[in-house]
Amino acid sequence: MSRILIRGGRVLDPATNRDGLFDVLIEDGKIAAVEAGLEVPGAETIDAHGRWVTPGFVDLHTHLREPGQEYKEDIASGGRSAAAGGFTTVCCMANTHPVNDDPAMTDYILDRARQDSPVRVLPIAAATKNLEGKVMTEMAALQKAGAVGFSDDGKTIMDGGVMRRVLEYARMIDAPVSVHAEDCTLVGHGVVNEGPVSTRLGLPGNPCAAETVLVARDLLLAELTGAHLHVGHVSSAGAVALIRQARERGVHVTAEVTPHHLALTDEATLGFDTNAKMAPPLRSAADVRACREGLADGTIDCIATDHAPHAPHEKDVEFTAAPPGVLGFETAYPVVMDMVRNGEITPLELIRRLATNGARILKRPELGSLAVGAEADVVVLDPEREWTYDPAKGFSKSRNSPWTGQRMTGRALVTIVGGRVVYDVERGVIAP
Amino acid sequence: MIGRDLLGIEDLDRHDIERILETAVHMQEVGLREVKRVPTLRGRTIINLFFESSTRTRTSFEIAGKRLSADVINFSAESSSLSKSESILDTARTLDAMAPDAVVVRHKVSGVPKRIADVLECPVINAGDGAHEHPTQALLDLLTVLEEKKRIDGLTVAIVGDILHSRVARSNIYGFTKLGAEVRVCGPPTLLPPGVETLGVKAYTSLREAIDGVDVVMALRIQTERLSGAYVPSVREYSASWGIDRAKLRFAKEDAIVMHPGPINRGVEISHDLADRRPSVILDQVRNGVALRMAVLYLLTGRPHHPKEAA
Repeated sequence: MSRILIRGGRVLDPATNRDGLFDVLIEDGKIAAVEAGLEVPGAETIDAHGRWVTPGFVDLHTHLREPGQEYKEDIASGGRSAAAGGFTTVCCMANTHPVNDDPAMTDYILDRARQDSPVRVLPIAAATKNLEGKVMTEMAALQKAGAVGFSDDGKTIMDGGVMRRVLEYARMIDAPVSVHAEDCTLVGHGVVNEGPVSTRLGLPGNPCAAETVLVARDLLLAELTGAHLHVGHVSSAGAVALIRQARERGVHVTAEVTPHHLALTDEATLGFDTNAKMAPPLRSAADVRACREGLADGTIDCIATDHAPHAPHEKDVEFTAAPPGVLGFETAYPVVMDMVRNGEITPLELIRRLATNGARILKRPELGSLAVGAEADVVVLDPEREWTYDPAKGFSKSRNSPWTGQRMTGRALVTIVGGRVVYDVERGVIAP
Repeated sequence: MIGRDLLGIEDLDRHDIERILETAVHMQEVGLREVKRVPTLRGRTIINLFFESSTRTRTSFEIAGKRLSADVINFSAESSSLSKSESILDTARTLDAMAPDAVVVRHKVSGVPKRIADVLECPVINAGDGAHEHPTQALLDLLTVLEEKKRIDGLTVAIVGDILHSRVARSNIYGFTKLGAEVRVCGPPTLLPPGVETLGVKAYTSLREAIDGVDVVMALRIQTERLSGAYVPSVREYSASWGIDRAKLRFAKEDAIVMHPGPINRGVEISHDLADRRPSVILDQVRNGVALRMAVLYLLTGRPHHPKEAA
């Protein structure tokens, strides 16, 4: 029987609303006890004095690029990067090559993940065939194969009739539909947030209305169908307000926000840095404020990284030609810790949004929890640790981060998945 | 102090602009000589790196370099990294290896001269990038207005047309406001950039209101494909509302001048008879372009080289 005892840390477990100094005992891959003063002879001991001990983070939105774009990332490198960031479960989007729109592809991804990934990988399958927004995928078969949700992420289902059918069908199998809400006719050629910054740069603008129009439509369709709508990477104040109103009238909606939309404004693009190019784009300071407030008050359920690796040669081009997206795993925790340091959110509520709420959305109560009997996915965090982020020293294959070279405060020290230590800040990624 | 590169007017202060304009006044004299050549940049190599075709600007830079006795090489690469295999930065590095003393860059995407400047050892001059900046155009416009009005401070300038897609508009907004002029922009609502007021200008859709009492009317070139329903319903509607002619010009000051960066769509942005005669100063702008670019080339390459890191 394998045993790990994590001693003396500040245990933050949103699932049991626990915040205090406890020891955590892991036995055979499960949480066995959370108590003060545990003595367990023979157990491997991790000293967590002065640290936080929390459920491993659950990321509902990542791009692991396998199959098809292994030069950017693969399930092994993405999984290692996730482990180094404190993530123990990551959902991978379907926009691989080929697209994950077939049970065989879902099988393949899960098989690769079992062999290669130190963290749990849960595929989100395409909602429509080849992400074309026209023909529904075999959602029931995909779910049976292991898909935990459905999304055409990266693209928007522009046909409202198709979207309605997708929601109706997903409701039958009780699966969330995650949406990339950008009306592509309003985005046009837009590559940066429309406003003073796009005007100064002379780059085509992408207005907030491109997001809010689609969020409004999908909220109304969720209301019509009773389906579970999950709004991906919320970026605008308008979208936060729409989600808040919809939730108040009982629409089954959940939402996520990325660390970059919580921390950076469109002014990060002023030097034409393609590592500040994302979809949806970085918005104004008022939008950032609204996203932070929405996260704090619970309108936005969780933080998802939208980890989107791209190779240097793809980013090192004209701003308009560069693909959107940035790395997310290894910088997420220190970046969002800013909200705790500013007093905008308590540590326990931050962990709820990094770990527990994602598991709740996936209807996987055994994840994102330190309750006795839960899966022993645990991370030991140092909220004070200062370090300098260098993607070249990280685990992703790509380098596209807007935080390269920046000082960070807060870091994952130890990541445990299913009772196995998979990452240690001193030793690096240990397993598989 | 003017830096190593000239990427935009936004980066310059009033003193930099005045220094370039003063230098350009001296350079104008060279163009009046029988032998229009001085040895100032002898032995220096200037590459015109044009990813987007532009006969006028390229020719102006070429003549400017040659009048200063520099060796001028034209490198046309009308492609993007999307359609051709070599990336812009690789092209730039290749040219850099040949040790030029300055590279003049034109590209249809905003920000490319900046990206190139980040990898090159030598000074980079932006000859127009996307809808971002066209600094030498704004400087030659300032020089032309200065010739006509003897001052910039206190003037009112109306820039009319496709502001949204215009690098000329942006550079002129920065240039004229930095030298103390009031700038108004005017065009169809679909071609006014969101938040343009944050650049320190007033925005108008009514031409009559925009040019009321102004000293300078600057019409911009509009791509005719934007006038077929995408942004404006028709050419006819555009020219009726925003085309400059003598009748509309009556609302401006009596001695107002009319400018255009060229090439002109006659009868669209500016009426036929107005294009050729005063108060239009379009050919003066072209003439001043050479002297202005001589000044810029001289100021950026006529000095001993300093490591770029020091900039």
